Amino acid sequence: MTAKIEIRRANKLFDTGGRHIAALENVDLDIRANQFVTLVGASGCGKSTLLRSIGGLEDLSSGEIRVDGRPVSGPGAERAMVFQHYSLYPWLTVRENIRFCRSLKIKREEITSADVEIASGRTDALIGLMGLAPVENAYPNQLSGGMQQRVAIARALMNRPDILLMDEPFGALDAQTREVMHDLILHVFALERPTIVFVTHDVEEAIYLGDRVVLMAPRPGRIDSIYEVPLPPEREQDMKLSPEFTELKREILSRIRATSGMQTDRGMLDKLTATAQPGAAA
Amino acid sequence: MAAQCDSGIPNPRQRWWVIRGQIGRREYLVLALLGLLAPLAAWWGLAHSGWVDKVFMPAPEEVVTRIYGWFAEDDLLGDIWISVYRVTAGFAISAVLALPLALLIGTYRPLQALFEPLTDFIRYMPAVAFIPLVMLWVGIEESAKIAIIFIGTFFQMVLMMAEDIRRVPMAQIEAAQTMGATRGELTRLVILPSAKPALLDTLRVTMGWAWTYLVVAELVAANSGLGFAILKAQRFLQTDKIFAGILLIGLFGLLMDQSFRWLHRKRFPWLYFK
Ligand SMILES: Nc1ncnc2c1ncn2[C@@H]1O[C@H](COP(=O)(O)OP(=O)(O)OP(=O)(O)O)[C@@H](O)[C@H]1O
Ligand SMILES: [Mg+2]
Repeated sequence: MTAKIEIRRANKLFDTGGRHIAALENVDLDIRANQFVTLVGASGCGKSTLLRSIGGLEDLSSGEIRVDGRPVSGPGAERAMVFQHYSLYPWLTVRENIRFCRSLKIKREEITSADVEIASGRTDALIGLMGLAPVENAYPNQLSGGMQQRVAIARALMNRPDILLMDEPFGALDAQTREVMHDLILHVFALERPTIVFVTHDVEEAIYLGDRVVLMAPRPGRIDSIYEVPLPPEREQDMKLSPEFTELKREILSRIRATSGMQTDRGMLDKLTATAQPGAAA
Repeated sequence: MAAQCDSGIPNPRQRWWVIRGQIGRREYLVLALLGLLAPLAAWWGLAHSGWVDKVFMPAPEEVVTRIYGWFAEDDLLGDIWISVYRVTAGFAISAVLALPLALLIGTYRPLQALFEPLTDFIRYMPAVAFIPLVMLWVGIEESAKIAIIFIGTFFQMVLMMAEDIRRVPMAQIEAAQTMGATRGELTRLVILPSAKPALLDTLRVTMGWAWTYLVVAELVAANSGLGFAILKAQRFLQTDKIFAGILLIGLFGLLMDQSFRWLHRKRFPWLYFK
């Protein structure tokens, strides 16, 4: 069986004023259909670049990405993307934002009244699912960050995309809101079974959500290791305290630390403490 | 701090000087009126103090009388009409041509490279200095004044509008792309609606410049209009009429500015909730 997303020897060079940055170097990865894959790694290791390449928003320097066997050559409606920030349309209400894709021609080609009914049914369903009913006529800037991300997710789901690409969608939310959003996205995942690629800084989030955690390393951006998450598909918050969970978290965190090239300089910290408190040294 | 919590509403001294703080609508109106009336009162005081010659500074009531006389005997409405017509025409032609060009410059890098340095260069050439050329090329008809207003506003407008277009967040565009939007749809459904509030603000600001160039154009090459009236009054040392002309232009500017602001609030309500 071929994978839903096949990434073959993907290379991406950024040219920044004469210096080349290898954001991706020989990345090979297969992602199966209906899988929830999370991408973690130190800052600058190319997570966003890889995700955007799958979405067709970034061209590879060499190599290939295939979706359903077809090479990706640009963005497409079957690969929806959810961004961290500023992607909602502030001039549209929540409901209009979610229905935005209905105003695009691609969805209007062979439109029938049944389609319209299904579409408005789906809008209502998504509004209900995301708990947006009380604010459906509000504008995005009247909503909290968590609510705004719900709208962004609902909008991305409106097209029934095969693939959902998410770049730190909850990165700007507080811990409690984030937990609620985790269970929400897992619920959506269980209902609609898209293939999800989810970028995050947060290892706990990556394990809790993912079937597989892909760890990338920087300079050059590459895949370092891949972990199967040893948890049942139905996730519950309490699982975060289970030994399997904490063990995997420890392992991934130490691996990220090892690959990031950034270490806490203990000696330097001690020196700082000593100079800050001259009395303590005596 | 404690006092603030107790009384609920802190006293104005504390409340007014909060950085980026808020004031009530009433307070705003009172202060705005004060800001407008205080210079008027100072002017009145100065004119009646006897320190300055009437020829240099007529009193407010004399200016009002002059405006009335101008209205009754000297075709004030005609002057206003022709000036407003020139400003609006020059400004509208600028806007209609600037928008598509700005849309292209703000969207495509090669076009930015092609046009932006050129526009910047022309922008710094003083529009006023073009007047002799315009008279040579276009003549001294209405079209000449409109052409000067056009030269004065168009290049600034293109650059500012291109910047407005460039400020549309990339994430808004990319989100639409991943929903399958075509180029035309991106422009029509994302870029333009997203930039509209900023574009309207740009129009508001450039409208002010259009008035400035109107006066310049009329000072040099006209026989009607508010600017021309000012020039003629200068020849006859009618200071009160100069004042009247300047004040009327200011008033029209203020009115147009306020209409733009009103339209902004009306058309883009989502920007005004918080
Ligand atoms: N448009 C660009 N131009 C130049 N360099 C870029 C560009 N985008 C990314 N890079 C560089 O490519 C590398 C990978 O960037 P990328 O954004 O993919 O990392 P990331 O893993 O998503 O980081 P973060 O966790 O901070 O979001 C970084 O070194 C970054 O500086
Ligand atoms: Mg990133």
